Amino acid sequence: MSVFDVQGLGVAYGSFTAVKDISLEIPRNKVTALIGPSGCGKSTVLRCLNRMNDLMDATVSGKIIYNGEDIYGPEVDAAEVRRRIGMVFQRPNPFPKSIYENVAFGPRLNGFKGDLDQLVEESLRSVALWDEVKDKLDDPGTALSGGQQQRLCIARAIAVQPDVLLMDEPCSALDPIATLKIEDLIRQLESSYSIVIVTHNMQQAARVSEMTAFFSVDIDDEHGMRTGALVEYDTTEKIFNNPGNTRTEDYISGRFG
Amino acid sequence: MSTTDTTDTTAKTTETGHRSLLVKQGNAGARAVKNRFATGVLTAAMAIAVVPLLLIIWEVTRRGIGAIHWDFFTTDEPSYRQEGGYRAGFVGTAYVMGGAILMSVPLGLATAIYVVEYGRETRAGRRLSDLIRFFTDVMTGIPSIFVGLFVYGFLVSSTGGLGQGFNAFAGSVAIAIIMLPIVARSSEEMLKLVPDEWRNASYALGASKSRTVLTTVLPAAAPGLATGSMLAVARGAGETAPLIMTILGSQYLVSSYFEGAQGAVPLQIYRGARQQFEAGIERAWGGALSLFLLVLILVVLARWLGSKANKLK
Repeated sequence: MSVFDVQGLGVAYGSFTAVKDISLEIPRNKVTALIGPSGCGKSTVLRCLNRMNDLMDATVSGKIIYNGEDIYGPEVDAAEVRRRIGMVFQRPNPFPKSIYENVAFGPRLNGFKGDLDQLVEESLRSVALWDEVKDKLDDPGTALSGGQQQRLCIARAIAVQPDVLLMDEPCSALDPIATLKIEDLIRQLESSYSIVIVTHNMQQAARVSEMTAFFSVDIDDEHGMRTGALVEYDTTEKIFNNPGNTRTEDYISGRFG
Repeated sequence: MSTTDTTDTTAKTTETGHRSLLVKQGNAGARAVKNRFATGVLTAAMAIAVVPLLLIIWEVTRRGIGAIHWDFFTTDEPSYRQEGGYRAGFVGTAYVMGGAILMSVPLGLATAIYVVEYGRETRAGRRLSDLIRFFTDVMTGIPSIFVGLFVYGFLVSSTGGLGQGFNAFAGSVAIAIIMLPIVARSSEEMLKLVPDEWRNASYALGASKSRTVLTTVLPAAAPGLATGSMLAVARGAGETAPLIMTILGSQYLVSSYFEGAQGAVPLQIYRGARQQFEAGIERAWGGALSLFLLVLILVVLARWLGSKANKLK
């Protein structure tokens, strides 16, 4: 049972085609990793999954079926899509507000009626940050360490109780120990959320994900065009141990990229 | 926290049994309405704000276009009522602005370079930079007549001043004082936009501080610096009050920079608009239109340079 069914997705920024002809099914309550070299369009695809590309003047073709509905459908409100499909960014980006306010921001925005204190605590607990910050909830979120900030951002994302979490290289600005904590967290969260993670780090993909999609760049020498394309999509085990495509094998084994 | 915790049991579901994206939950419906309302209000406010602007452009063009012909720029205002132009004003404005630019742009730029590049190094430097920044902010806001009075009392008047009398130089000084904080402040912002990474890259290649500023920082910020200066010029070119007290005004061409009352377009507009006959008033509108076009050209030029600056980054 898939949460996303991406059908023939293509994205263009002006005359530049970033990715084309991407089709994949993303399973529910599992971690799916998107890997590949720079410029292969993996982040572009990720940003399409909650319509963040709307903000970048991109032309999107094809369909992204989420729970049986095209999220790019004419009647669909992008804000509603993003409420269900949360996002964590490459650099931790807490608001310049207190830790509490960072987590409470989304629920307040969405008119949460209930015990906000409890929701904040639950959210911070589920990212294993509660014990570290419970005595300083009024301190600015920006005063935390990088790894704590990123966990705060994840808590902020899950406080609006989304269905899916998209993560765009969430550990690339963090040290190995903080990275490990985030990876543990991702594995814990997968029982409650469907997670799609873009990563440059192949070991990370191998560690956290069940499914892996390998993207690469198709170079058209004639026109000098570089377009991202999906090369292979399979279980992480298969991709890393027995890839079906030589381009995947070259990348995984470090011969390229 | 799963997908199925639908609070509204009557919610429309998709083929897969999930709540449809079209179903607004929580306050989403109200927010969509508010959003449309706010968009409407903002659009209306924007339209209202633009109305006076368009009216000004329309009126200045309608009434001034008739006065604009070659003679308007090449002849002096006649003592009789017909024909003639604002040559004295255009030349005078060029004199005053030329001097003002030469004084304010290098000084303002130097101030900004000190504040951004050198003032950060020491404690005393930081304190001085804060002080400079504070006073440039204050200077941006002082009334221009105050600047005129200051220069009048200092240079022009013989009672307590140097007694130079009205002259273009005094006008340049006054306009330069008005332009200086604008140049300094905008240049400071532009220099701050240059990423420290580039400075570090330059230092790491063995460049000295001065070479880093000259070969890395200034070229990177150049289009932005030009934009700031251009906007300061646009502001200075239209100043009237300080000129009354420093160059007095003249309807005849004056070639001396340091001696004798000098003309300027804003002053001729001021005089012309109060004349009792149609030709004089039309010349005033013509002067206004030429000033408007001059400022327009400068601003467009500034924006163009600014957009080039953004492409580099």
